[in-house]
Amino acid sequence: MRLVDLETTDKSDIAPAVVEHLEACRPISAQASPAKRWLRMNGQALQTAVLGMISVGLFLLCWQLLTANRVDLYVRFENVPSPADVLASIRREMFTTEFGSHLLVSCRRIFIGFALAAVLAIPGGLIMGRFRLIRAVVFPVTEIMRPIPAIAWVPMSIMLWPTSEESILFITFLGSFFPILINTLHGVDAVDPVLVRAAKCLGAGEIAIFREVYLPSALPQIFTGLTVGMGVAWVSLIAAEMISGQFGIGYFTWQAYSLVQYSDIALGMVTIGVLGLGSSLGLRLLGRMLMPWRAGR
Amino acid sequence: MIELLRQAGLNVAPHSKGRILVEHFGLRYPTIDGEVEAVRDISLHVEPGEFVSILGPSGCGKSTLLNALAGFLKPTDGSVSVDGEPISGPGADRGMIFQNYSLFPWKTVVENVEFGLKMAGMGASTRRVAARTLLGLTGLTDFENHYPDRLSGGMKQRVGIVRALATGPRILLLDEPFGALDAQTRLIMQQILTNIWQQLRISVLFVTHDIDEAIFLSDRVYVMTAKPGGVKEVVDIPLARPRDPSVCNADAFITLRGRLMNLIREESLRAMGGEMNADALKGIATNLGGRDLSQVV
Repeated sequence: MRLVDLETTDKSDIAPAVVEHLEACRPISAQASPAKRWLRMNGQALQTAVLGMISVGLFLLCWQLLTANRVDLYVRFENVPSPADVLASIRREMFTTEFGSHLLVSCRRIFIGFALAAVLAIPGGLIMGRFRLIRAVVFPVTEIMRPIPAIAWVPMSIMLWPTSEESILFITFLGSFFPILINTLHGVDAVDPVLVRAAKCLGAGEIAIFREVYLPSALPQIFTGLTVGMGVAWVSLIAAEMISGQFGIGYFTWQAYSLVQYSDIALGMVTIGVLGLGSSLGLRLLGRMLMPWRAGR
Repeated sequence: MIELLRQAGLNVAPHSKGRILVEHFGLRYPTIDGEVEAVRDISLHVEPGEFVSILGPSGCGKSTLLNALAGFLKPTDGSVSVDGEPISGPGADRGMIFQNYSLFPWKTVVENVEFGLKMAGMGASTRRVAARTLLGLTGLTDFENHYPDRLSGGMKQRVGIVRALATGPRILLLDEPFGALDAQTRLIMQQILTNIWQQLRISVLFVTHDIDEAIFLSDRVYVMTAKPGGVKEVVDIPLARPRDPSVCNADAFITLRGRLMNLIREESLRAMGGEMNADALKGIATNLGGRDLSQVV
């Protein structure tokens, strides 16, 4: 076996797996010190994190300056709550049962609406992608429905469903359904036909090909759909809550405006932002767990 | 080796199996401009345990024949059969190895090798042992838990080979399997393949446009004509086995190379049709250091 000197060899030529393996095989003494290695591996991530914090800090500073000086440059900031006001509002509201229940109701609605959409749209997209005939029958209808924003469904939804809770769930569902469906469909379209042939050569039947090739191959696209769908689900939910709700964080925000509690408006907005961020982060973690082969990307 | 594989619970096809018979095979398909004839009247045979190559310029329908044997295409004329059974569709009794490796990116190396066994209904722990034995044969044990995109081309194709062997196929079909590899790796891969083939004595049909590769590996070479593809000539390779890479310098090898080059050259020029005439090419062969035009174009 040829000996490879890891310090001097040009590693671009060698498969990444081999480099890793050789690195792991080196005696501890020959490896770089742990701190140096950590920095080498995570330097870029560290830089990104620091820059991120600076950018958020600058944003808060601007907000503070604009509101504290009650700037009026056509856009009026005199009634806009300052970060400090919002912080006070958070302290006051965060742990009250009322605010908590608004939060919980919204999360529950998102969860049910989004989960229903995913459960129906993913298999739907896979089947439509796989079977030309089913696609030809279903696709025209979805293409007509897709451009209608979920919010436009509010009046119709109120007529369709017996309770306002159900109509809000329906609107949340609709918002996320189409992005998931379309992305799953595209994911199936993009499957490498040679991989399908390889699976057939290894004795895979129709169901096995579906499970072992189409599904994992489409998974990255499915997750794109889920992420987009989650965003639209929040948009639809908040709008629906503002229009026809009695509970939920969207209702809370609108109510704050009606009751002239301006700092609560910002609290509602910030909360919605945090929830949206949290849910997309959760999706990304789930994606990473389900797609370990994409870890390096 | 066979004993080792059997002990690991793997199926090994008996030596008497794997007779490929292609009789007057032809394939035509309709296009807007009328019917196109991809291949015409190909007859060839591979005896059990024989290594046979199909050599031809690009676009001569070499892959068409392999696809018919794999069960992806139905012949419009003539018949293709293995051990007297006409081919009715793809199956694990015929192993296929692709130019672009076609490993499943979402499966680790060992999971890729296990795929065929999983499809055959083998239990998880049994097939893991079997797959590890196969990986050991090609020196990939250390990389069994890596995903394919971390491997070099040569490593990927070694995985491709053992994956195809796992189900104990009677024949192995290779579609320019080393075409994407650099010259050095290709030589090593040719030796690995010869080694495995000599020990398993499985029938091999190998498609290539590389003359040296065809001579080094094969018992017999079928030279193809340009479109529509057909058999131009059959050349026996009487070189003794086991063959050392230095056989390339033997007189017998050089004679065979010259003969095959002339055959291929005629077809390459014919394939280029009106674009070039013989006069325009005068002197090109020498300028290229004696290499055949089809390797350059």
